[in-house]
Amino acid sequence: MNYEDVAKFAQTWGLVYFALLFALVLLYALWPGNQRRFDEAAQIPLNDGPLENGEDQ
Amino acid sequence: MNDSAARKGIGLDVLTLGVFLSVLALVSLFLTAKTEDPLMKVHAVILLGAFTLGIAALFMRAASGLNFDQTRYEEGLIKAGIVATVFWGLVGFLVGVIIASQLAFPNIMYNPDFGWMNFGRLRPVHTSAVIFAFGGNALMVTSFYVVQRTCHARLAGGVWAWFVFWGYQLFIVLAATGYVSGITQSKEYAEPEWYIDIWLTIVWVAYLLVFLGTLWKRKIKHIYVANWFYLAFIVTVAMLHIINNLSVPISLTEHKSYSLFSGVQDAMTQWWYGHNAVGFFLTAGFLGMMYYFVPKRAERPVYSYRLSIVHFWSLIFIYIWAGPHHLHYTALPMWAQTLGMTFSIALWMPSWGGMINGLMTLSGAWDKLRTDPVMRMLVVSVAFYGMSTFEGPVMSIRAVNSLSHYTDWTIGHVHSGALGWVAYVSFGAMYCLVPWVWKRKRLYSNDLVEWHFWISTIGIVFYITSMWVSGIMQGLMWRAYNSFGFLEYSFVETVEAMHPYYIIRATGGLLFLIGAMIMAYNLWRTARGDVRKGESVPDIAPLPSAIPAVS
Repeated sequence: MNYEDVAKFAQTWGLVYFALLFALVLLYALWPGNQRRFDEAAQIPLNDGPLENGEDQ
Repeated sequence: MNDSAARKGIGLDVLTLGVFLSVLALVSLFLTAKTEDPLMKVHAVILLGAFTLGIAALFMRAASGLNFDQTRYEEGLIKAGIVATVFWGLVGFLVGVIIASQLAFPNIMYNPDFGWMNFGRLRPVHTSAVIFAFGGNALMVTSFYVVQRTCHARLAGGVWAWFVFWGYQLFIVLAATGYVSGITQSKEYAEPEWYIDIWLTIVWVAYLLVFLGTLWKRKIKHIYVANWFYLAFIVTVAMLHIINNLSVPISLTEHKSYSLFSGVQDAMTQWWYGHNAVGFFLTAGFLGMMYYFVPKRAERPVYSYRLSIVHFWSLIFIYIWAGPHHLHYTALPMWAQTLGMTFSIALWMPSWGGMINGLMTLSGAWDKLRTDPVMRMLVVSVAFYGMSTFEGPVMSIRAVNSLSHYTDWTIGHVHSGALGWVAYVSFGAMYCLVPWVWKRKRLYSNDLVEWHFWISTIGIVFYITSMWVSGIMQGLMWRAYNSFGFLEYSFVETVEAMHPYYIIRATGGLLFLIGAMIMAYNLWRTARGDVRKGESVPDIAPLPSAIPAVS
């Protein structure tokens, strides 16, 4: 494999790889079924109370 | 994990660390005896001293019979991390003011007999102190705090978490003493020599394991987005650090080593490392900080959790390719330069997505910008993040780079990110953390936060505007030709023209240092439990009940 081959591979399949990856991320983030899970996740920092099996303060 | 409140006896963590430190102490003893390199001898003695102290501290811990209370969060380490962050911040800013003054007035601290006082030796002390000592400690302490609180789990690894903390401070001391005495491998932001690099690798792997161990123990099913950013920062920095520092020492008892790479491959590896030090150390890690402290301080959930997911994955997959923009017009193949430039421009999207997500978290709580100076500091940091991640891609465009590269514009750009974004978000986090971990109802003084905010902000504005003017002028003067086709200006004429701007820059840096000193005083009084009289500031409000996110 010479330099031209590597460059060509990077310039074509690299693009496909990135487009697919981005599509997967979008699909995961926007999937309607995940809505409730993400709403709950957003509350995590606000609910950082004491340790489950201990007390704090 | 052990749930009993007071575990008796010597834990596995103490045992393994004891054995590990003993081996290291023996190695450093051997090194002290064997080395004929006077510079390495000093470091071997420092290592021996540090490991001996470590073993002594472990013995005292084991003898006291006390163990970590597993029913509580680890907060002693958080307190130590806050002290280290503020201390190294002051050191780094002070050295910055000194070298800025040296640039404006070259006779300051110039002494041919004391090489360590020269700009060339002090400059890496400044960059490493602010990036790795101040920024690194801020990242470690906040990551340890955030991962515990968002996982509802105590920090894993017991005494190994303390090893990470002290091991990192040892790395900083070795790096800084090395720079002033002339130990450097001359790679920007990767100056420490081979044995210091190996030490950092050990500490960093322990850091990764403590972080992963805490995630493993988590009681909350979902891993909050801040932890994703922190994890990406830890993993990627490990990879970058190891690959960029692959080198062969001339002997195991000599400090000098030679890189495994040469020529343009070396340059490309260095800037792959260098730009990702910006992307993963100074961006991803601090975004983790943003995603915890901005919602927490605003008492609102993050604007869109979905956007934060897209932000995360696109940011980490794009940043890693942006490095070649540091090598425009070099021996690097043109397509690789263009690739670096393209990815840099593509970074606009995730960067601004993240900025919008951070800023919009305040929707419904914008009044806090007026009433809470800490909130304002956090928001201004996110605004600076947006500004410098706009400027960066512009500068990565080859045509713009032909003007900006090697000029002060780059320095100004770096500082709008470092002072405006990295330092401000860290200051905001420190102002939040000190009352939380020292269990105080409020800061010592909100007025002092106001003073800090405004003095530092004016300092940053002085800094970046003077560097814009100076840098663009410098670039234009370098490329000016006269009617005969000769260069219009000699190099020293450009230096002379920049003199006033260097004075303004040093003034800006001084203001920033003064602001940080005010913060240090305020935090110290807060930790003591003092409250400044005559200020009507409400206590930190109790958490509101769940507020739905937009998502």
